[in-house]
Amino acid sequence: MKELMSGNEAVARGAFEADVKLASAYPGTPSTEILETIAAKYRSVYAQWSPNEKVAYEVAIGASMGGARAMVTMKHVGLNVAADPFMTHSYTGGGGGFVIVCADDPEMHSSQNEQDNRHYAKFAQVPMLEPSDSAEARAMLLAGYEISEEFDTPVMLRLTTRISHAKTVVEVGEQVTTQPKKFAKEPAKYVMIPGFARGRHEVVRKRLAGLEEFTEQSPYNYIENNGSKVGIITGGIAFQYAKEVAPELDYLKLGLSFPLPMKMIGDFVKSHERVIVVEELEPFYEDQIRAAGFDVEGKKFFGHLGEYSPHRVAQGLKDAGVLTEVSVVAKTNGSPLFPRPPVLCPGCPHRGMFMALKKLKVAVTGDIGCYTLGALPPLKALDSCICMGASIGNAIGMGRVDGSENGVVAVIGDSTFLHSGITGLLDATFNKSNVTVVILDNSTTAMTGGQEHPGTGRTLMGGTAGKVDLPKLCRALGISRVHEVDAYDYDACMSAVKQELHSDEPSVLITNRPCVLMPERIMDEPYVVDLAHCNGCSACFRISCPAIAASDETNDHGHPKAVIDETLCTGCTLCAQICPEEAIVLKNQMVKV
Amino acid sequence: MECEFSILIVGVGGQGVLLASELIAAVALKSNLDVKKSEVHGMAQRGGVVSSHVRIGHRVHSPTISYGRADVLISFEQAEGLRAIDWIKEDGVAIVSTTSIVPAIVSSSRELSYPDEPIKQMREKAERVVSVEADMIARELGNPRLVNTVLLGVLSNHLPFDAALWREVIEAGVKAQFVEANLAAFERGRSVEA
Repeated sequence: MKELMSGNEAVARGAFEADVKLASAYPGTPSTEILETIAAKYRSVYAQWSPNEKVAYEVAIGASMGGARAMVTMKHVGLNVAADPFMTHSYTGGGGGFVIVCADDPEMHSSQNEQDNRHYAKFAQVPMLEPSDSAEARAMLLAGYEISEEFDTPVMLRLTTRISHAKTVVEVGEQVTTQPKKFAKEPAKYVMIPGFARGRHEVVRKRLAGLEEFTEQSPYNYIENNGSKVGIITGGIAFQYAKEVAPELDYLKLGLSFPLPMKMIGDFVKSHERVIVVEELEPFYEDQIRAAGFDVEGKKFFGHLGEYSPHRVAQGLKDAGVLTEVSVVAKTNGSPLFPRPPVLCPGCPHRGMFMALKKLKVAVTGDIGCYTLGALPPLKALDSCICMGASIGNAIGMGRVDGSENGVVAVIGDSTFLHSGITGLLDATFNKSNVTVVILDNSTTAMTGGQEHPGTGRTLMGGTAGKVDLPKLCRALGISRVHEVDAYDYDACMSAVKQELHSDEPSVLITNRPCVLMPERIMDEPYVVDLAHCNGCSACFRISCPAIAASDETNDHGHPKAVIDETLCTGCTLCAQICPEEAIVLKNQMVKV
Repeated sequence: MECEFSILIVGVGGQGVLLASELIAAVALKSNLDVKKSEVHGMAQRGGVVSSHVRIGHRVHSPTISYGRADVLISFEQAEGLRAIDWIKEDGVAIVSTTSIVPAIVSSSRELSYPDEPIKQMREKAERVVSVEADMIARELGNPRLVNTVLLGVLSNHLPFDAALWREVIEAGVKAQFVEANLAAFERGRSVEA
């Protein structure tokens, strides 16, 4: 049956068909929907969110050791977190087949960097498959389990945003039946102490030699001959762009792209006058092909940064002298328009704390979550974002060298705190830092669409779960100053932060309002602007609430007065609290006046 | 060019851009054509610009449209229509809702401004611009969320698929209690003068 599926949905389908018994992950764009789809549609696969990618990876290793097919999914930077188990798992291999699904984000649509995770496959010496549409994503996941079991190795399935989130036609199949074997004690394989690990490193090198033969025969590496003198070597989404703009050329399409089929590549290069490599991000193929002694070109025409597109590939091929006419239009610089960056939602509980932090002019270290949006104008209240959990360590270090004139505050979300903030807080206790940490607890993993985590009391598959108590956890980590703050009370946020900045021991403030969107949409009575009292001072515009807009009325200086969109306003009251004219009121209050 | 129709849909997070592109893709799939569609999730959901590319043909390669090659641009918001107008071909059609959404970054700024009469500026750049009072029509029908179906009705006049097929897809794609209102919105869109 033919269905239109995103790459992520196709991977979920593939996991079902491959009879995967366990899939674990920490949410991360663009990979999140893989596990969500499994939990919603393919209940034969046990699926769970773990607190972070490292734990997710380790849980999946356990399932594989126990003989079952296992899968772990993550975004590209998630593999940095899981790199520790990943690198050594390459040595041990497992029992049941094991696939790491890893989604890169060229262009950084929703990420802090655009690292090319194909290097990780080479680094760990594990085979890698790179689909270029949803049908291949499904098929390659199935193939990945076979390769994993044949070569006793974890396999990486490397997606990118345009594979994960593009929908293309998929022909689905039936579920295969696997016979999981139970765990067999094999210390020389599983206990990676030096004496055993040395032996396993040798196994890895032999395995790689076997895979180098195997990849030459793989149906996922193939040549498309159209009789051209110029040949293209490409893989992933770049293949689609190249086919779109230059269908008449010869192609060597890479699908099992580590290890590279170097004999096939060599023959292809020798049989063409000129060979051009088209690959997004780093010259992963190009460098290896050139190191093998074959003369190819590539990056100099297309560049390293951001994602490719049909017009970018066409332009590169034109610059290379391969295409004479480019059937695509060059991007013109029309009149520049205002930017429309993503913003915190109306009623977002992060807003009040950010307003307070901005007012206090402190340095605010942050990290990854909806709260990163607090960095953007007009709020401009967050000053750093490195990686998950970084805010606490950053603030400890800055505080230690007295590096910020007005003090420093770390802000971190609940999901991020449980992911990798706990150890940061432990550092504060251990090293007697007087850091001030604000846990913006909205009781969900909001940025990625509201996933469950150990503090929500619910699991991915819909069950109830053990629920960590954040204040108790912080106290157990040695923090005695732990206070709850109402995120909708601007004055309370201000005074709580002020007080903790002056304390000489570490402290944690925990805001207590849930996300307004998830798991339930929260809508209280909306507020309105009493235009008779609004003087157009624009204070409410600066809190960056999408429900507040400029009205048609202006003040004496020609500046617009405000208006509130009643369908968007959640009644959080923050704008009413900061309006110096008290012009923002409930509708019935205005009528009374 | 193997791909026959490229449709770019733009708007602001939360306006229903993604549902519209789902329905277009479903119509094409039901017509036994190859379809690819692409959009970016994540940050875009928080009131930022959302765009969805839909490509339909006998064999589609790229899931994204080449700049300057869209047959149809559908914009849920005027300024976003202006921002995206150069994506259409010379003889392409732009369908634009008269909705305007001014972000806080503009309201709070003395330097940034919302463009004057974006639709007029679109007409200076493209010959075929269809402006649609989609908000007003949706309100008349009693539900502001019908804007996307109104726009699909307008789009259906520019694509070679039977109205019956569109209705079938709309019936299957929306909740039972909203089917009637959506079909009415679709018809209102179909009757918008080009």
